[in-house]
Amino acid sequence: MAEPLLSIRKMTKRFGGLVAVNEVSWDVYPGEVVGLLGDNGAGKSTLIKCVSGVYQADEGEIYFEGRLSNFARPIDARQQGIETIYQDLALASNLDVGANIFLGREAKKRYLGGLIRVLDEPHMLRESQAALRSLEIHFPNLRQPIENLSGGQRQAVAIARAIYWDAKLMIMDEPTNSLGVPEQHKVLDLIRKLRDQGVPVILITHTLPDVFAVSDRLIVMHRGRKVTEKRTAETNMQELVQYMVGALDDTRVQ
Amino acid sequence: MGVAPSLATTPSHRFVLTLSRLWAWAFLGLMIVFFVVAVPIVSNGAVNFLTLRNSQNILVAITPVLLLGLGQTFVIIGAGIDLSVGWVMSLASVLSALAIRAAYNGGVPLFPSVAVGFAAAVAGACLVGFFNGVIIAKLKVPAFIVTLGSSFVVRGVSLLLSENTTVIGLPPGIRSYGNDALIYYIRGDGGGLHFLNRPEVTGDLLRRMDPILPYPVIVTAIVVAMAIFVLRKTQFGRHTYAIGGSLEAALRTGIPVDRHIIQLYMLSASTAGVAGFLSTLRFTAGSAVIGDPLLLASIAAVIIGGVSLFGGAGSVMGTVIGALIIAVLTTGLVMLNVESFWQFIVVGAVVIIAVLIDQSRDLIIGRGRTG
Repeated sequence: MAEPLLSIRKMTKRFGGLVAVNEVSWDVYPGEVVGLLGDNGAGKSTLIKCVSGVYQADEGEIYFEGRLSNFARPIDARQQGIETIYQDLALASNLDVGANIFLGREAKKRYLGGLIRVLDEPHMLRESQAALRSLEIHFPNLRQPIENLSGGQRQAVAIARAIYWDAKLMIMDEPTNSLGVPEQHKVLDLIRKLRDQGVPVILITHTLPDVFAVSDRLIVMHRGRKVTEKRTAETNMQELVQYMVGALDDTRVQ
Repeated sequence: MGVAPSLATTPSHRFVLTLSRLWAWAFLGLMIVFFVVAVPIVSNGAVNFLTLRNSQNILVAITPVLLLGLGQTFVIIGAGIDLSVGWVMSLASVLSALAIRAAYNGGVPLFPSVAVGFAAAVAGACLVGFFNGVIIAKLKVPAFIVTLGSSFVVRGVSLLLSENTTVIGLPPGIRSYGNDALIYYIRGDGGGLHFLNRPEVTGDLLRRMDPILPYPVIVTAIVVAMAIFVLRKTQFGRHTYAIGGSLEAALRTGIPVDRHIIQLYMLSASTAGVAGFLSTLRFTAGSAVIGDPLLLASIAAVIIGGVSLFGGAGSVMGTVIGALIIAVLTTGLVMLNVESFWQFIVVGAVVIIAVLIDQSRDLIIGRGRTG
């Protein structure tokens, strides 16, 4: 197998006396979709927040593209190409699609030797259109504010933004929550497209059918520990639920 | 994804959206028509509303309110509020008067002295804005409280600096900077247009002479143009909308939010500084109480102009229209011999109606919905 893109080694994160993540080791390889499962409080979010630089692990290492990458801030993780997509949070709903794709990294035209810098709207609009087209997303009107878009369309904008800025690893937190069924299918389609383009996706979810629909591999966490790691094809929903509630535990058997 | 029509693209919603954007213009137009008809009737044809002189009076009257409102527009779009601008304007008036007097008495020629006064006004105001911004952005104290508190501090400082009296003894030459106009027009016999120079006329000619584009109006127009440019065309404007519309998104996309908020309050203070400077030129004196009564009018102008108090929405032209509506209302009611107390009641009603219209739009097109 190829070198892992992301490699977590014996990572532990404590909050006071609570061990939220307990010696978790985990690899993510290029071009795969990995499901991250677990009940509420299992430590999924904490694990991901350590990867994306929101939290800093107390012990253990994170290797990204082979380099030691214990990120101090979320922006550092983003700059290395780790993009976390949350439900709704990272889009400015009052701005249009193009403005959102370029938010914080606006393209500017310079006049008078850089003294006056004007937003380059045509460029941003063209590039946004191209980014959306590469994911086969079509909007009738890119100039309308995000607040007029549906939940699935917003996810699409967030994903297109990540791809445009060369995301190398996509972390998606409950991406199909609060979406209608047709929209859920479209988001899952997008996840497959990302994989086909070689971008691995970590899919954090409660929704087991989603995991079976798109993931290649999955890990289950329970009370901070990784209790199993499986190929999706080699397991079933019933078994996974047992892992999630703690009835099954591979680490205990060993 | 797909081509499902989203809410705002259906014709009826587009209509509501357009209407809510245009209502302020429509209201201003209706008001002018009303006064044009009503004023001659009430005065038995002796007075007209839409004269050259009256239009210029209205423009001069709105300059301070508009300048305070311009900075406020940016702050409120960024989901903040600046309650200190009134007293900052006073501080700037006092500072510029003191600076001009000191420079001129120290042998500096008139024009450089005025320039020193401008620099003192804007620098002093910016300093207040900087402290406001730092406390709001870095120490996370609500803007309402910070700017309320700083307005008291600034008030005290202004009164101390001015020794609780009007700062006088300014060179009389500055009067023309603050009151003369770019163009003078004398109607009828022996009249005509005069550029850049106030004609020395008396008596009947003086009565027939109208100033066009007084200098404070020109300065304000330049500031308006700059504000439109910055808000619509630059990264600074874009980030202002982003921070006001979704602070979370702004933070996550790496916008330097704290620095931006500090800059917003400095911007707001500096337009108040320009207003204070202009008032010193206009009255040939610095006053520590000139700005305070204008604060609420300036916020009213911003709100009538459609800037959302929740942040993320609004425009500079909206605020210009808002300031015009207030000035036209006030002037028109005076010309109708309506007691001045009614002005307050009418302006207050207009503010509330403006917010109602804004909210009903949000209800209809579903702004702020989640999911």
